[in-house]
Amino acid sequence: MKTAKELRAEGATPLVEMKDISIAFGGIKAVDHVSVDLHPGEVVGLLGHNGAGKSTLIKILSGAYHMDAGEIRINGDKVEITNPRDARSHNIETIYQTLALADNLDAASNLFLGRELVTPFGLVDDAAMEAECRKIMGRLNPNFQKFSEPVAALSGGQRQSVAIARAVYFNAKILIMDEPTAALGPHETQMVAELIQQLKAEGIGIFLIDHDVHAVMELCDRASVMKNGALVGTVDIEDVTDDDLLSMIILGKNPGEAAASTTD
Amino acid sequence: MAEATTQPIQTPAKRSLFQQLELDTRLLGMVGAFIILCIGFNLLTDGRFLTPRNIFNLTIQTVSVAIMASGMVFVIVTRHIDLSVGALLATCSAVMAMVQTQVLPDMLGFGLNHPATWAITIVVGLGVGTLIGAFHGWMVGYLSIPAFIVTLGGFLVWRNVAWYLTDGQTIGPLDKTFLIFGGINGTMGTTWSWIIGIAATVLALFGLWSGRRARQGHGFAVKPLWAELTIAGITAGAILGLVWTLNSYLIPARRLKRMMEAKGETMPEGLEVGYGLPISVLILIAVAVVMTVVARRTRLGRYIFATGGNPDAAELSGINTRMLTVKIFALMGFLCALSAVVASARLANHSNDIGTLDELRVIAAAVIGGTALSGGLGTIHGAILGALIMQALQSGMAMVGVDAPFQNIVVGSVLVLAVLIDIQYRKRLGAK
Repeated sequence: MKTAKELRAEGATPLVEMKDISIAFGGIKAVDHVSVDLHPGEVVGLLGHNGAGKSTLIKILSGAYHMDAGEIRINGDKVEITNPRDARSHNIETIYQTLALADNLDAASNLFLGRELVTPFGLVDDAAMEAECRKIMGRLNPNFQKFSEPVAALSGGQRQSVAIARAVYFNAKILIMDEPTAALGPHETQMVAELIQQLKAEGIGIFLIDHDVHAVMELCDRASVMKNGALVGTVDIEDVTDDDLLSMIILGKNPGEAAASTTD
Repeated sequence: MAEATTQPIQTPAKRSLFQQLELDTRLLGMVGAFIILCIGFNLLTDGRFLTPRNIFNLTIQTVSVAIMASGMVFVIVTRHIDLSVGALLATCSAVMAMVQTQVLPDMLGFGLNHPATWAITIVVGLGVGTLIGAFHGWMVGYLSIPAFIVTLGGFLVWRNVAWYLTDGQTIGPLDKTFLIFGGINGTMGTTWSWIIGIAATVLALFGLWSGRRARQGHGFAVKPLWAELTIAGITAGAILGLVWTLNSYLIPARRLKRMMEAKGETMPEGLEVGYGLPISVLILIAVAVVMTVVARRTRLGRYIFATGGNPDAAELSGINTRMLTVKIFALMGFLCALSAVVASARLANHSNDIGTLDELRVIAAAVIGGTALSGGLGTIHGAILGALIMQALQSGMAMVGVDAPFQNIVVGSVLVLAVLIDIQYRKRLGAK
């Protein structure tokens, strides 16, 4: 399989293209004519201050918000994403900062929420879901044991494993991770990093939103930096240093046109 | 990371015999409170409270509120409220009263007590209730008006629609067949009650067994066999005990004589016939079973609880929470109409004040039964037990001779106290 970089160099059709996306909330332009793209097996970091618009941009892709202007293409085809169900039907899975788990349900119910396994009579098959949940957890987080308790009783890392399991189990092609390590300890953060490498090797495209420049330098192939709702630029991680990224985030300045890759 | 293909199943740590039963301790507490209440009233009334006759009356008085309480569980679990259930019951009752006493017999020329009248009436009533409920749900879900406001408005609107439809008059007598849904006028008789009781027991035991087998099929830990058998024994005992009690309530000799004379038979000396299961109680049991299956084993139920636990997560998981709200309120409306059938048939007529204050009784039953107003938690059997506790308290006090104002003061205080105990209990458990 070709790497994402080779695919981009050949001008192959990206997995996802978000073109000229704009959205405003009550007159404030949260996202202002931003374009980003993503190839299979690529991790693109989205960086920026709080309120720079990265989460908003990504929520448009996951169907939580509806954009005012712009277009989304998946494998070159224009798609309409008006709600989370549309996003799921395009194999877009999202791991939210807030984890988006129903605290009163157990891990298996959360894993399958919205896509329950049912018996031939159309009833929810809890035993089968728990068995599947045990399988995927055996792969993701071998320490996970609390299958029959509501997820409210789980630690941050365990909850994160449930959220990640949900994305992985349903064969995501496009994965959106909104600060996946925000609530985690060092060991669990390492686990997520390994998982990202593994998913990348399987050809999944990942948008990774993170505050931590070092994490982005380590995990991503490219980084798109946003400030005040606008795109500062998209760069190849190989071509930039931590300081370059920081100055893009803080000053909103591109580190010279030579370092910036084209977004088209 | 990939050394294990599936998560090993831990053998549970050694636990006490009681814990191995895996019973819901909160439910046990409620059952305990109910039993203490019954025994207490029984002592105060010199054994008049726990007679088959009083238990029979208690069950048929509870049915109407309990049916609605099961629907209220879903409404409250999704963080909504329905203040209009009593008024909606009145509108459904008024519509059905007019259909069976005026529209069908006079306007459509069916005449009185036509064999199809009761069926048409009930279908119309259930349809009206469901539509009004769905309309409430649409306003809550799609127009984003808070459920409190929609149903507070509905409370006034539907109470007075009922008044307008009937000109405030008491409408009756109702269709003869319709009256069998009220309780005393429609019972299964002893033989059929035993057949139904035994069938229900067999079904319940089959349910327990198949649940155990499904877990074993995946190799999960199951309760020890003795614990399973104890639960099966309690279940069977409860079902058959209820049937036995209701069968022990004998039809008074004079009434039986009249019933037999109506059929052209003469009553043999010393004949004793029990009432058996009232049809209204059967309806409640059917509602309880269906609603429990919906809550635990269907996608609809799963989505209701997920939405109650975290509405954003439910929405982001692709659940159409707006449509879900419409469905929940439509179901609530359907159950209000079903309660209207039972309530008006029990009274044998439609009166203008039918269902007054029922909204408070229904909400109280659901809350006493462990439904959390913060959403996400609640059980159908809890709400029905809550309704039974409230009714037992009310009729027990009436039998003891407590004045009406004090009855209401006690019921109100018990509601607040029950919630306080619940909060303390959940705190100690470490849950929210």
